[in-house]
Amino acid sequence: MRAFDYIRAETLEQALLELGCPDSRALAGGTSLVDLMKLGVEAPARLVDIGSLPLAAITLGQSALSIGALASNSEIASNETVERLFPAVSQAILAGASGQIRNMASLAGNLMQRTRCPYFRSTDWPCNKRQPGSGCTAASGSNAHHAVLGVSASCMAVNPSDLAVALLALDAEVHLVGPSGPRSVPISQFYLLPAETPEIETVLRPGELITQVVLPRSNLAAASTYLKLRGRASYEFASASIASAILVEGGAVREVAIALGGLGVVPWRDRTAEAELIGKAIGRQSIERYCDALLAAASPTKDNAYKLDLARGAIHRCLDPDRARDDVTARGSSPE
Amino acid sequence: MPDPRSPVRLSIAVNGSRMEAEVDPRRTLLDFLREDCALTGPKKGCDHGQCGACTVLLDGKRILSCLKLAISAADRSVTTIEGVEREGGLHPIQQAFLDHDALQCGYCTPGQIMSALEAIADPELRTRPQIQEFMSGNICRCGAYNGIVDAIMDVKANASL
Repeated sequence: MRAFDYIRAETLEQALLELGCPDSRALAGGTSLVDLMKLGVEAPARLVDIGSLPLAAITLGQSALSIGALASNSEIASNETVERLFPAVSQAILAGASGQIRNMASLAGNLMQRTRCPYFRSTDWPCNKRQPGSGCTAASGSNAHHAVLGVSASCMAVNPSDLAVALLALDAEVHLVGPSGPRSVPISQFYLLPAETPEIETVLRPGELITQVVLPRSNLAAASTYLKLRGRASYEFASASIASAILVEGGAVREVAIALGGLGVVPWRDRTAEAELIGKAIGRQSIERYCDALLAAASPTKDNAYKLDLARGAIHRCLDPDRARDDVTARGSSPE
Repeated sequence: MPDPRSPVRLSIAVNGSRMEAEVDPRRTLLDFLREDCALTGPKKGCDHGQCGACTVLLDGKRILSCLKLAISAADRSVTTIEGVEREGGLHPIQQAFLDHDALQCGYCTPGQIMSALEAIADPELRTRPQIQEFMSGNICRCGAYNGIVDAIMDVKANASL
């Protein structure tokens, strides 16, 4: 590991000042950053430990819930208000990582975690995200776990966060503060497609910090769920995942929100495809039309085309009331 | 600006004793415990947060000591397997691991027990599938998983903690 200066920030002002120095990185839980520093993928000259800043509060207001950037993943997942009003958030967190990691990892750290693409995580291979211009090994290499949506010739690495997928379905707002003051960005605009610059992953500017994430309260949010499909039952990244919520009134879809993980280079949501469902009866055909619209833009490879079927299956399972009932029946009769 | 390689002062409570040390900022809590404190219970399995063998409690919550810089645990309290015994005897969960053959080679066991401590303290965990999910961050390559769940269920059912 490259040597670095360690600075513990006592105040937000001090943290911003220190992060303004070149080649500085913010350290919170460290579960992603310390790992990548050991691998030589990250090698900052300065680490600014923001772990003791007072940014961990979870506060329910009249119209929204605010979650501090340093709230631990465990604290958020077990928060009674989160469980009740934003169940997909709690479920998404509990579907990810392990208990030890969730105790350490912060909200902002979860949103900023880097991809699990093995070519990114090893300095032995060319990778445009790690070393711009060096090439993408996944494009011609093993890419069964890579993205099918939003890929470019430069990068097809999946964003690994479950939490970000839930936040995207629930219209979260990411609050930032930097040298030029505070601002906020809808999470739908927080992540950037790789295009020609996969090394730039978010709109976060150098020296900026996430301070909180704000979730608007709604009946739709309270009806949200998270389904994750993966290669083993626990402690594994998503092959495909879906955060969804649907409100049906008089037999027709009134509101719907669907975000997907494991499929895209960024957490994925297609509001144009969602519009296909509004006003329609929910059933096999309308859900297929949604899937067709959603996946029309996909560019699968021979090895990861299975993700399209996986996504369709997951979407039907989450949205189709008949399928959901079948699933429950099947589970109930299994000799577990 | 200080020399990046110069050690930084660390004050930390380890198994109830206050430790004062000078550490390289790169030192992980795991290396600090094993090499500076001679507490070799926490194991270095993968050193990348994937196996759980390095699990310790930080302020009472289980964490992975391999992904925690020692300096970032300053002024906090760490418990390792060496600090688990009760009045010189085994903790009930340690005895239950023996009773239920919850280990073969024993390498993952200190980490398993540190996780199990959180499991037995959590009243929400009642069923075997819940405990299996809860313990999924601790890998056992001998495959003693059923015994580990047995041990935790036993303590939850019988021990007065």
